[in-house]
This record gives sequence, C-alpha cells and structure tokens, in this order.
Amino acid sequence: MQVRVLVRLKPGVLDPQGRAVHHALEGLGFDGVADVRVGRLIELDVADGTDRATLTAMCEKLLANTVIESFSIEAGAAG
Amino acid sequence: MAFRAAVITFPGSNCDRDMATALEAVSGQPAIRVWHGDADLPSGLDLIALPGGFSYGDYLRSGAMAATSPIMRAVVSAAERGVPVLGVCNGFQVLTEARLLPGALLRNAGQRFVCRTVALTVENTASPFTAAYAAGETIRIPVAHHDGNFYADGETLDRLEGEGRVAFRYAEDCNGSARDIAGVISANGRVLGMMPHPERAIEPAAITSLGGADGRRLFESILSSFATA
Repeated sequence: MQVRVLVRLKPGVLDPQGRAVHHALEGLGFDGVADVRVGRLIELDVADGTDRATLTAMCEKLLANTVIESFSIEAGAAG
Repeated sequence: MAFRAAVITFPGSNCDRDMATALEAVSGQPAIRVWHGDADLPSGLDLIALPGGFSYGDYLRSGAMAATSPIMRAVVSAAERGVPVLGVCNGFQVLTEARLLPGALLRNAGQRFVCRTVALTVENTASPFTAAYAAGETIRIPVAHHDGNFYADGETLDRLEGEGRVAFRYAEDCNGSARDIAGVISANGRVLGMMPHPERAIEPAAITSLGGADGRRLFESILSSFATA
C-alpha cells in the first residue's frame, strides 16, 4: 500500500528556506507570490491494511517533529 | 575525586574528540567513548555528553535519526534516573528530538551557516552546569551551526524563563533564536543543551584564536557539581 505523508512547518514557525525560495522566485520575475513555505513529502510502501494508528505513530515518533511540524497522511494513494 | 564521563559518538559526530579532550583536561580522568549502536551505557556515570557534528548527515531533521539510535534509549532512561546530560550543538538537537529538552532547533533565520565566536550572557548561575560563572556575565564561546534557531511556543518560552531554565542567551545577533536563547536546562536541572561549543574554548585565553577559555568553567562547574567524592 502506498502512503504519502505530507509534513509542513506549523503556521507561525519561521521558514527561512521558504523565504529564500520566495525571494528567488521574485528574482526570476514572478510577481504576485505572497508567500512560500517548503514542506516535505514522504512516500511509504507499507503492508496492505496497515492501520491509521500505526501510520500516525510513525509520524509522531519520527517522520514529523510535532513541536514545529504538522503532518497529514494520505493512505492508499496511487503509486 | 572520581569523575566518570561518557562521550557518545554517532555516525557523523565530529566534536566527540574535542568533547572528550575538554572533559579529560578539566577532570584529569579519561572520558569513556561510547558508540551509537551500543545498547547500554557504562555503569556509574557522572555525566553523559552528546557532542556536535552532523549525525546521520542531518537526514530528515538535525538530530532526528540519532534520537532513534539504540544508545539514545539508554541515554533517555539514564536521564530519567537523574544522570546528568550535556548536549552541545548537534547534541542539543538530539536532546530536543529525544524530548529530553523542550523546543526545536530550526534553520538559522539568516539561512547561512554561522561559524564564529559569539558573546553570550550567562542567565542562570544556580544550575550545576553554570555555577562557576557570575550572574549576568558576558562570555565568548564559538558557534558553528546551520540549524541553531531555537524555537518553542510562547507558553513554553515563558515557562523556561519563569523557571530559570534559560542557561545562556546570545548577547548579539546570531541565528534568530526565540528570545535569543542559546542554551536550556531540563525541568529537573540535570540536562543542559546549548548550541555554542564550550569544548572549543578551554585553552588559556592567550590562545584566543582557539576560542579563548570561557568554556572551561562550564566543565569546572560540571566537575564540582557531579563528581563523586
């Protein structure tokens, strides 16, 4: 089973990387970009039937640092 | 006076030798070197030191992989029993990832790696790690990091300040850390994490190019607080 975990910095947590990307987009002449935040997409191939609680535990224990990041789990996504 | 310190080496640690050298210079006793894959710590430790570096290549997040290593289970269990722990730079990042200390270390606000000697204010001299400093004293200690921007939510920051758990603050602009926090202490007072490198500042001040000697008193504090009689 394919699972996608999207990890993002929580709102309000400074994202220097996003700011640099934003600045670079402006440098390339793209106007009208209000903000950029960079997250992380983690693709997992797990045993069929792996339950939501297990996936959530993976996120909380390792894939995301919940002090600064939030995560969302998209299970059963096409590979 | 007996002093048994262990220095943990993770793959990618690069300040482990400096840490061991500093501990040995101040205590006169050899530091025990422990590998990340070991499941157990030596017995009767007076201090566990987590050194700087780039453990596991900073994969996922700085310190995240190291926090899951076998030895960290033993370190967390020892810390919960009250064994003192010092984490410097990557060691601080590992301690936050292992939840032995609050907060997290984000990418520096200026986005650049910062490598220079900075001024710090000693905020708390009641801790066993800082007792040899004078309250409010300004000291100079080298920093070398990319992810040193301390973050915690407002409530946590208020609690850290209210409980005197901020050990050091940057006395100059460094990395964007919340409330200029450079080092924090655990609720039980026995775990210190800090981004600056005291182990790089233990030589007599004459050799200022080597970072000065302001870090030495941190190790002297540790020795006088934690060595067994």
